[in-house]
Amino acid sequence: MARIPSAAPADRFPASGRRSRFPYLLTAILAASVVYSLRAAQVDPRRFFEGDVLANVARFVRGALPPELSREFLGLMLRPALETVQISVMGTAIAVLIGIPLGLLATSSLTWRGVLHERASRAGRWGLGFVPYALARAALSVFRSIPEYVWAFMFVRAVGLGPFPGVLAIGVAYGGMLGKVYSEILESMNPRPLETLHAAGASRLGVVLYGLVPQALPNVVAYTLYRWECAIRASAILGFVGAGGLGQQIELSMRMFQFNEVLTLLAVLFVLVAAVDFASARIRARLA
Amino acid sequence: MYELSGVRKVFADGSVALDGISLTVGRGEHVAFIGPSGAGKTTLFRILNLTLRPTAGRLVFEGQDASGLSDAALRRARTRIGTIYQQQNLVGRLRVVHNVLAGNLGRWSTLEAAASLVRPRSAGQAATALERVGIPEKLYARTDELSGGQQQRVAIARVLVQDPDVLLADEPVSSVDPSLAVTIVSLLRDLSHESQKTLLMNLHSVELALHYFPRVVGIRDGRVRFDLAPEKVSGELLAELYAGDRDEEQALERFQDGKNPFGGACRPLPGFGA
Amino acid sequence: MARLPAARPSRAWALWVGAGFAALLLWSWQGTGVDLASLFGREGLRQIAVYVRKLFPPDLSAAALSAAGAGAVETFAISLIGSLLAVAIALPMSLLATRTLLYRGILFEGRRLHPGARAVRLGFYAAGKAALNVLRTIPEIVWALIFVFVVGLGPFPGVLALGVHTGGVLGKLFGEVLEDVDPAPLEALQATGASRVRILIYGVLPQALPQFVSYALYRWEVNIRAAAVLGFVGAGGLGQRIYVAISLFHEQELMTLILAIYAIVTLVDALSAYLRSRLV
Repeated sequence: MARIPSAAPADRFPASGRRSRFPYLLTAILAASVVYSLRAAQVDPRRFFEGDVLANVARFVRGALPPELSREFLGLMLRPALETVQISVMGTAIAVLIGIPLGLLATSSLTWRGVLHERASRAGRWGLGFVPYALARAALSVFRSIPEYVWAFMFVRAVGLGPFPGVLAIGVAYGGMLGKVYSEILESMNPRPLETLHAAGASRLGVVLYGLVPQALPNVVAYTLYRWECAIRASAILGFVGAGGLGQQIELSMRMFQFNEVLTLLAVLFVLVAAVDFASARIRARLA
Repeated sequence: MYELSGVRKVFADGSVALDGISLTVGRGEHVAFIGPSGAGKTTLFRILNLTLRPTAGRLVFEGQDASGLSDAALRRARTRIGTIYQQQNLVGRLRVVHNVLAGNLGRWSTLEAAASLVRPRSAGQAATALERVGIPEKLYARTDELSGGQQQRVAIARVLVQDPDVLLADEPVSSVDPSLAVTIVSLLRDLSHESQKTLLMNLHSVELALHYFPRVVGIRDGRVRFDLAPEKVSGELLAELYAGDRDEEQALERFQDGKNPFGGACRPLPGFGA
Repeated sequence: MARLPAARPSRAWALWVGAGFAALLLWSWQGTGVDLASLFGREGLRQIAVYVRKLFPPDLSAAALSAAGAGAVETFAISLIGSLLAVAIALPMSLLATRTLLYRGILFEGRRLHPGARAVRLGFYAAGKAALNVLRTIPEIVWALIFVFVVGLGPFPGVLALGVHTGGVLGKLFGEVLEDVDPAPLEALQATGASRVRILIYGVLPQALPQFVSYALYRWEVNIRAAAVLGFVGAGGLGQRIYVAISLFHEQELMTLILAIYAIVTLVDALSAYLRSRLV
């Protein structure tokens, strides 16, 4: 029988892989939390077969067809639809205004660590670098961990109904996300050019402008555009808590059981989202 | 075993990979295919293992016209043809045992196949095959942790498990070191000799082809240039076969980490690029 | 994600896009009535300060804490089960959104598909894509409203809403992953005579699994935030309590609930990151 000589001294009885207990433990914990969650979330498929569920579905479908397409209704909805776009644009703009400064502060290589700071005094690094860095990180974390709807709800309280609280909500929540991602992009940049500029005597601002911005810009722009795509979805929904746009109309129609209007509004939303996705994807493709 | 007449393959981008190949291979024959890169050898092998449909011409496998086969009949025919690729074409994330037992996929039911991923159905069979290729200790290793040469042995072990009537080996040794290349070629030859399998092999190395095979087919530009016993293959024939290409061929080896600019059938190496 | 541009886009193009965005921004500014001057003016800042002061200190009474705790658990449960339901919906649906398993690519080069069969498969693909689009386009809160209408109040409609919407998102992403797997191992499996289902099990899924897990975990992070909101329309969780607290001007209780959201969102982010590092 032909054979290739063994490449390594043969271990005749191969162990069947590493046998760590970790996978079992992890699986057990996950399974337990799923079982517990099923109860906590009151999941009960039997509810689908209770008396009026089918009737409700039928009522919903019958109510939704045909969609409301009267000229009058469409005319009325034009304004909220445009408002949704406007909220997303303004919200993203404010998110950028929040994200850039906080993102820069939250970049360790700019504030306290790495090639730019090797000569700074210890006290200087901590006082002028680390403290603002930690504060910026904390602020970003709070901004993005509270969902935009909750922000919107609070801003409605603070500045009243209308699109403005929606803009602020998107601005703050997405500012938190943008700031975090901006800082991640900046951290991942090649430090060599920064070092060179620094050695040539450039100021901190000079280093950022000439060393970082050109490297990071395509990624920063692409991610910002991606967030804009998300913002248009969010802005359409913020209306549910009184922050303008299509969401307010959807909620109104839903509450009044005007399902045909809901269907039309969803179609409008679909078109808006698709248009923004398309525009953003085109620009991102050009950047890539 | 195989009867080809006027087989042509034109890819969707219009490139002609095969331009009228006619060839007969008898049962138990050993044939080596040589020729410059981009000559169409890999495309020919994909047609021979029935995973690529020729654009024109006739391919008869074991007396059956391949173009007339149903999906199921085609799969049955494929179980009788074992293929070893230039790159190992293994699933890196699976353990070696599953990649080897994949040779059974044509025989197993879908249920058996799925169950085997949880608990290997015949680990003994895989172990025997691995022992024959010299790496029994790798039975439960993750496949992507093996070296290129070891992965090639896993691919051979899979074909051993499949136990086909025909062995197609498409450049099986171009990604292993030269001493192992000789071992692998002679192993494949001996294996197919003792179980009377037909063996067809694409070879980069003219020396190996002339030394180990009783019949050598030269292919260039998608056509058969010669089909002779090795002692009749003259220096002039070889020079003609590789004319203008030898240097280029050497240069082309550097392309192997990315796209092969020739031949639509060639895809990037696993693990590189797309 | 974009890499550095291979060739610089022409100046004119950049100028047009820039001008377009400037115009869009001005139009939006005017339309949304954003008035940063007054927001950051004396009166605006005073109002914000008054509101923020009302939020402190958070209400740490036993009743408020247990309400926040129960809400947090319920929200966690909604997000977890909703995400699992989404995976259960996405896995079969994504097969319909994968052209390379239906009618083209390496698995379909051995034999010409009957034109009729091909048309049917194209139809499956189109229908699958369309269904996923519908699931994905309707926001989870609208789904929540619909399910509240259909099955009544409580966390269950929240689970369904997250499952259905996220199922659409994941189905699309999974389909893209399936189309992107390395075809070389599939070719080899096909050459052994394996059927397409067996190739799927042995070649496609093992390659796609890490990405599936990664995407599912990512959506879980999104869903914990969404689950905290569905309560606004009656679908359980912290949102319901936040809605009540805001409506009744219980600002200190609201602060407690917001802290609970912050805690649970941070927890899920950390869990997800940990699982990703272990599993992927």
